[in-house]
Amino acid sequence: MTSHVMPAHSDSHSSADNYLTAKRGFMSWAVTLDHKRIGVMYLIGTMTAMFIGGFLALLLRAEHLSGSPGFVSHDTYNQLFTLHGAIMVFLFIIPSIPGALGNFILPVMLGAKDVAFPRMNLCSFYLWVFGAIFFVGALLTTGLDTGWTFYTPYSTNTSQTNVVLATLGAFILGFSSIFTGLNFIVTIHTMRPPGMTWFRMPLFLWSLYATAIIQVLATPVLGITLLLLAAERMFGLGIFDPKLGGDPVLYQHFFWFYSHPAVYIMILPGMGIISELISTFSRKAIFGYRFIAFSSMAIALLGFLVWGHHMFASGQSEMVTIIFSALTFSVSIPSAIKVFNWLATMYKGSIVLATPMCYALSFLFLFTIGGLTGLFLGALATDIHLHDTYFVVAHFHYVMMGGTLVAFVGGLFYWWPKMTGKMYNEFWGQISALIVFVAFNLTFFPQFVMGSRGMPRRYYNYLPEFQVYHVLSTIGAFLLGFGLLLAAIVLITSLFKGRKAPANPWGAATLEWQCSSPPPLANFEKTPTVGNPYDMQSVVWDPDTESFVRRGEVPIVPDESEQPAHA
Amino acid sequence: METFRNLLDPFPSQQSTFAANVDAIYYFIFWLSTFFFVIIVALMCYFVVKYRRVEGQEPEKSPSHNTPLEVTWSVVPGILVLGIFWWGFTGYVDMRSPPAETYDINVTGQMWSWQFKYGTGAVDSELHVPVGTPVRLIMQSKDVIHSLFVPAFRVKQDVVPGRYSGLWFEATEVGTFDLFCTEYCGQKHSDMITKVVVHATDEAGVTDEVPQTFDKWLEVASDPLEGGRIPLEQAGEKVIGMFGCLQCHSIDGSKKVGPSFKGHFGQQVQTRDGSVLMDENYIRESILEPNAKIRQGYDPKMPSFKGAMKDEWIDAVIAYIKSIQ
Repeated sequence: MTSHVMPAHSDSHSSADNYLTAKRGFMSWAVTLDHKRIGVMYLIGTMTAMFIGGFLALLLRAEHLSGSPGFVSHDTYNQLFTLHGAIMVFLFIIPSIPGALGNFILPVMLGAKDVAFPRMNLCSFYLWVFGAIFFVGALLTTGLDTGWTFYTPYSTNTSQTNVVLATLGAFILGFSSIFTGLNFIVTIHTMRPPGMTWFRMPLFLWSLYATAIIQVLATPVLGITLLLLAAERMFGLGIFDPKLGGDPVLYQHFFWFYSHPAVYIMILPGMGIISELISTFSRKAIFGYRFIAFSSMAIALLGFLVWGHHMFASGQSEMVTIIFSALTFSVSIPSAIKVFNWLATMYKGSIVLATPMCYALSFLFLFTIGGLTGLFLGALATDIHLHDTYFVVAHFHYVMMGGTLVAFVGGLFYWWPKMTGKMYNEFWGQISALIVFVAFNLTFFPQFVMGSRGMPRRYYNYLPEFQVYHVLSTIGAFLLGFGLLLAAIVLITSLFKGRKAPANPWGAATLEWQCSSPPPLANFEKTPTVGNPYDMQSVVWDPDTESFVRRGEVPIVPDESEQPAHA
Repeated sequence: METFRNLLDPFPSQQSTFAANVDAIYYFIFWLSTFFFVIIVALMCYFVVKYRRVEGQEPEKSPSHNTPLEVTWSVVPGILVLGIFWWGFTGYVDMRSPPAETYDINVTGQMWSWQFKYGTGAVDSELHVPVGTPVRLIMQSKDVIHSLFVPAFRVKQDVVPGRYSGLWFEATEVGTFDLFCTEYCGQKHSDMITKVVVHATDEAGVTDEVPQTFDKWLEVASDPLEGGRIPLEQAGEKVIGMFGCLQCHSIDGSKKVGPSFKGHFGQQVQTRDGSVLMDENYIRESILEPNAKIRQGYDPKMPSFKGAMKDEWIDAVIAYIKSIQ
């Protein structure tokens, strides 16, 4: 059942052994082919983007303390929400989990030395950097005021901002995403170790695989769409401009054909993380492994069929509107299955509320609300009322932030000891999770109510009747920013003051916990053979080393003490 | 407590024949969601407490999957969402099927005001409709995509350049309600707010808030000059209200999107490529061909009102502008 992997180097000796210290100097990072270093660079980049995007959000929420003009103008406000959305979507949410955690963990979880194409991996990272530069360029020059969705004809004919620069930035970022997806697909297909069949893969890898399929198939459509947009703006081709015989709604079809699957790129890896967290911290095999694996694939595929649900009021035909509504409900079922399976995993488990688990439970609560509120939007008669109101804003923040971001932070706390070799302060980590949870609800729950009461999106001014909701939401937003800042401080402080991390601080059974923390340059000294990735009982707590170790490597006297109390 | 409950009330009042059904569907989804959500969260909290880790003790064995259970909790939600879909679909079909006899109003959305045009030639920046009558809006945009949204009626439809789009409703009570633009359309998207005024159809139904019947309002609106019975300047002020001019022009000298109506009449003014005498001709030209001579320091943003603003109404506007100098 379980197999010996490698001598227990775990947590002991010289740091000269690990990937961080093996080579030094700027160039050793700048042209590294090591997936772990690339993952760390992605982590720094996407976290920076997140804090910039978050700062913009705090500015716009501060403006909303009153419904009349505050401290920014109409135009500035329009740019704030555009750049907040564009930076968060393109520079943070889409690339973060695959780029930062996926890059680091995927090969190690597979027992492999690296991804299939290390050079392409580095290329992906630099494409991210160049795309980011274009965006920052747009921000620092004219700004951008089209909304992150760039709807025509406003973006092609009217906006005075540098739309072409920004769309070219997004175009470049698309390639970063495509290459990462390609890399992961090939790695998972060809580099699984002997004994790791598809159904013995950890679920985080299944989620990255499903995500990679979407990245490769959907992103090119966005690329072409953005090129058409730039061409229309520069040359007046008449694809989207009705005065030249074009169709502005066609743009929306092209845009959402990618951007709906994109939201599954955002959430699927997060769900994969949650599967790992809940099983590890319940010390129990994930319940319904196959259904969870299949549901990731189902979400990836069904996600391509529902883009029109962003366009129910756009003027597309009624027939097509009805079909999209029906298909939209189909994609809710695989997500529901996951939630039930995660709950069932906790049943009769042995649960500990370590920081990653706090974030995972937070995810269950917040993602469930996000998913359920999707039902109101999928149903036609209610969507007509709710479309383009704050109800939609609340819905997608619950799933993207309460879902993906919370899962990302949970995963970061979880794999932090592995990536850095340090343990963080557990108490303050838990406090950060609590603050984020409470503040998140305070920020976004009022937005559901004000949305259904009629408050439209992307509004600089608003009628006085909505003010109380805006004030609550703004207070929550600042608290939320503080909570995330606290999480960042907890993690960064651990680099200086944290206790040295053992190989397996949490007692998980996936392969990345069998190499030292941090891992050596080549991850593993010999190719491992594998067992059940969720057999938590294959590792036991060793109080002397304050670590979990594989059963059979530590003398156990007597054996009965490891048996459960009941048969 | 009352205020707290009002705060949580998800809807404005129900003011169209659609509203009750839309709200019912919402509440059905809401209570169904709450039911499952409470179960999920309660179980989660219960498990965290009941199955908290005890050092040295491994969890009891329990099955790692249960196919009948997993199928059940896939199929049952599947059936429930099918029900939600069906109810939403039938409500939608209703909203997209206007009756054979409707009172039609043409709507133009533009950056950043609405124009509502009635059969008699009356134009207004507010939407006036008769109560208890199916009303159909035939909408188009002069520039970018807008969207017409009346929360109290639960109706919304995008207003697209280059094509007509439509929606219909029947208002159930006399009163005034908010109408928003709800598709981002640039700088003053959030100022593109106006009102729907629902009029009684006979004298018995008028209120203090809406004191005219629809027919009376239409009669007056169709002739802002009121047959010459009011001073031309006063008529001009009404016409300016009808066309939403003050969205972009001030009457106190301050600069907005467009130049102020106050000041400079009778004087030479700078344009982007020269200068022009600010007189009756210039005002008329600006209304009909706004991009012909744009004032220095302003952008080509004004739409044309050719075909919409009658000649005598232009006369009235000119009279009003002269009167505020």
